[in-house]
Amino acid sequence: MGVRHMGRGSTIFADPGKLPDRETLMNQVSPLPRTRTRSPLIAFQGVNHAFGSRPVLQDINLTIGQSEFVCLVGPSGCGKTTLLRMVGGLLAPQSGEVTFGGAPVRGPAKEISFMFQDYSKALLPWRTAAGNVSLALEAVGMPVRERGPRILELLTKVGLGAHADHYPAQLSGGMQQRVQIARCLAQEPSVLLMDEPFGALDAMTRQALQDEILRLIAVSRTTVIFVTHDLEEAIYLGDRVVALYPNPGRVAQVFDVDLPSPRNQLTTREHPEFLRLRRALFDFIREGET
Amino acid sequence: MKLLKGALLPVVLLILWEVGMRTHNVQSDSLAAPSQIVVAFWNAILDGTIARRTGETLRAALIGLALGSGCGLILSIVIGLVPPVARLMQFSIEVLRPVPAVALIPIAILTLGFGYGMEISLVAFATFWPVLIYGHAAITNIDAQLIDLSRVLRLSTTARITKIILPATLPRFFVAFRLAMAVSLIVAVTVEIAANPLGIGNELMTAAQSLHPDLMFAMVLWIGLIGWALNAGLLFAQRRLFGPAGGALTVQP
Repeated sequence: MGVRHMGRGSTIFADPGKLPDRETLMNQVSPLPRTRTRSPLIAFQGVNHAFGSRPVLQDINLTIGQSEFVCLVGPSGCGKTTLLRMVGGLLAPQSGEVTFGGAPVRGPAKEISFMFQDYSKALLPWRTAAGNVSLALEAVGMPVRERGPRILELLTKVGLGAHADHYPAQLSGGMQQRVQIARCLAQEPSVLLMDEPFGALDAMTRQALQDEILRLIAVSRTTVIFVTHDLEEAIYLGDRVVALYPNPGRVAQVFDVDLPSPRNQLTTREHPEFLRLRRALFDFIREGET
Repeated sequence: MKLLKGALLPVVLLILWEVGMRTHNVQSDSLAAPSQIVVAFWNAILDGTIARRTGETLRAALIGLALGSGCGLILSIVIGLVPPVARLMQFSIEVLRPVPAVALIPIAILTLGFGYGMEISLVAFATFWPVLIYGHAAITNIDAQLIDLSRVLRLSTTARITKIILPATLPRFFVAFRLAMAVSLIVAVTVEIAANPLGIGNELMTAAQSLHPDLMFAMVLWIGLIGWALNAGLLFAQRRLFGPAGGALTVQP
């Protein structure tokens, strides 16, 4: 994993030989932590969980503020997805508590939307793009005649206005994930949980969708918890990056991302702070693995 | 061309059969020449025997199939969605499932007597199992992510069944139904041959016992044709139903 990121990251520079060494990077400390005035919306308090005899999460304490974009990174087995499922109400922690808006999460909530990793299994193959978005509207009991215009509006928002009648099998992976985004937006969520949503997409499509998500949530001020393997993606998207250690999953370190918004695929990824974080995060994950 | 090649062997055999019977001038109580079978078949159509007997067999088979597969469908959804019920039923299912339906014919005669009731019950018993077992497998094989999706969207139980579970498993249920239909015809005819004074099976037995091999063979031929037609009809329906939207969903047994 590490090799892939180094390889890809270094192509950003015209001359990789001029890369500042690690010491220089680590000493260029920006004025962090940035003061945050956001009220906590989601909180993990002393969360422990095990699958059978294998502990997957150990003493997780984490708060996530209103309208914050938090990325969870870490190697396989660090419990990223488990954390996400707990917020989504799909899984109850064995000990400790997960709260949403101050109240313990007891099950899936209307305000919390979940975007799944595997688009080929998260859409209903027997329904068109419009039909899949409609499912979320049917779930909240929206009358039939109001659904049509709302579906078209949502699909247009994600750039699929012309593909409403297509079945998932007729759409590319990126387009299928756009349908999933539209279905999530149909819920009008205040929290969006995303489980490696772009992991299976090619690099160009992934970057387009990253910008798409940032654009969409900038308008709605949605809180996002985003699970990813990709460190650069985490820095690019997040206000904060939470790095986890595996076996059992523990919060290792939290990195504040102080990069100008809106993000830009070229200038953000060339920003010294981006490079500093990338190096710091990469070293950190590598240390965790050894 | 393909059809022509396929037809070559049976046609040659039929001709050999016909020629053999005629040249040796066979007078048999158990064999009949193809031409005699065709004549007997034609006469059976003309005097209404075919229509009446087919009606009787299909009536028993299809009502039994509807009852058996309907119950199988409902129970498979219940045990698929409520694990405690599955654990409760597992032993009973494992014990009852291997019992051949025809082994129950004596019991069915004793309790229900001759007639439709007995035949329908046995067909229902036989068709219940394939639908239950296949259906249960289909439901437990639904992708976990689709179940998560239904939970995240907070679908009601009814909506979860009608909007996610049934459409996701329908192709597999359809395959189970095709199997069950073949079973229904087998069991109906078997019950008629063994005991019940109804239907094609009974006509077949009567023809054999009254030394009419031509009519007997005509009935065998006719049963084969019915089975083939029913399966072809369901195959056609399956392609029409699951062709465009669920190419990946079309499951072959």
